[in-house]
Amino acid sequence: MTEATTRPVTLPLTRERPFDPPDALGLWRDEDPIRPLAYPDGHQGWLVTGYAAARAILADARFSTRIDLLHTPVAQRAAQFRNTLRRPGFFLRMDPPDHTRYRRLLAGQFTVRRMKGLEPRIEEITRDHLDAMERVGAPADLVQAFALPIPSLVICELLGVPYADREKFQRDSSVLLSLNSSVEQVEAAMNDLLDYLDDLVRRKRAEPDDDLVSGLATETDLTDDELTGITTLLLIAGHETTANMLGLGTFALLRNPEQLAAVRDHPEVVDHAVEELLRYLTVIHIGPIRAALEDVEIDGRLIRAGESVTLSVAAANRDPERFPEPDQLDVTRPASGHLTFGHGIHQCLGQQLARTEMRIAYPALLRRFPGLRLAVPAEEVPMRTDMAIYGVHRLPVTW
Amino acid sequence: MKIIANTGRCIGAGMCVLALGEVFDQSEEDGTVVLLDPEPPASMADAVRRAVQLCPSGALSLAEPYADRDRAERD
Repeated sequence: MTEATTRPVTLPLTRERPFDPPDALGLWRDEDPIRPLAYPDGHQGWLVTGYAAARAILADARFSTRIDLLHTPVAQRAAQFRNTLRRPGFFLRMDPPDHTRYRRLLAGQFTVRRMKGLEPRIEEITRDHLDAMERVGAPADLVQAFALPIPSLVICELLGVPYADREKFQRDSSVLLSLNSSVEQVEAAMNDLLDYLDDLVRRKRAEPDDDLVSGLATETDLTDDELTGITTLLLIAGHETTANMLGLGTFALLRNPEQLAAVRDHPEVVDHAVEELLRYLTVIHIGPIRAALEDVEIDGRLIRAGESVTLSVAAANRDPERFPEPDQLDVTRPASGHLTFGHGIHQCLGQQLARTEMRIAYPALLRRFPGLRLAVPAEEVPMRTDMAIYGVHRLPVTW
Repeated sequence: MKIIANTGRCIGAGMCVLALGEVFDQSEEDGTVVLLDPEPPASMADAVRRAVQLCPSGALSLAEPYADRDRAERD
């Protein structure tokens, strides 16, 4: 076993090019896919950039996701969530058996078949937003007109959250995802969202409707606090992630016209294209992070109990040992097996919903506006390097 | 080829269904794996292996891989 002799690095967040992870991550992956990482609180842990190691750790029960055990590689992020992520229902930050109970109650709501059942409604929502874009006319900000509202409306209808209140929860959720928010801002946004959803949960319990929150309120033994926590997680996760994939994915396709034409003109490539865009763009900007519960040896590196491991899935998804020509966007390649939704027991609960939304939205947009193009020079598109979920803040387009 | 599904480990991610819907399904109740065809024909072997590999929770495995390969070759 080799001892860690490599000098600890800090996690880079700046990207040299809009669609590629920071260059340093790729260099480090090729030279040392598991290397020491200096965490801002003084902790010395690890950074994993190789696909095989990242996938193995994500599937390994000796690594925990509990917030009280994790060190965070971004200083502000660590402070932001010290007090906000430990609450009932936040199963993303729980290990088995606590996690298992929540996941079991929810997984039946997000099956492949159920998501398929949502297709007609998602198609209708997509059509409505394209109609509105056409009515208002070019130019448009694709994020506000298309990429954000579609997944936002879909998750609202699924959960039973009134879409009319979107200004509130979209604002709160963007504060929660910003790496620049102060601790006070994060706590205020979290409390605001929790209060709002706590009211909603009580209303659903009193007068159940035909939606997910009502179903959980009436058919399970979840407490109000647990249900509020779950709803908060699902609401944030449900619209920010797909929204950024739609915005950034469209930007990437506009910069790769042949790939765009394939998605627009060949329905049979759409499934592959969605996986490839997920792989190539990997909107997960920072982690995920795990903490070793015991000493674990991986690839000759000894990760000691208590040490935090940051898994750069963005770098892992560009590992040439797993994906040939990894820096090429190729919508015809079979890219499944990417780690964008994670791996192991915490793999994204809503991934089949996200896939369904993307499979519908990308081709619908490109077919409606065959002349779609950027309305500003590409270098002026503001990138979300300051957010936990990467993407574009705005995407001015014309057609 | 015989597929073994451990529903106690399964987290209902649906990757197997996505990969090979002819063989795998999910319970409506908790999303865990349901085997529609626990012993799929040899012609599906590659697709089955891919689906097993994609499983995030390690809930799927294959029995008798060597015997199976021999059988697939005979078929």
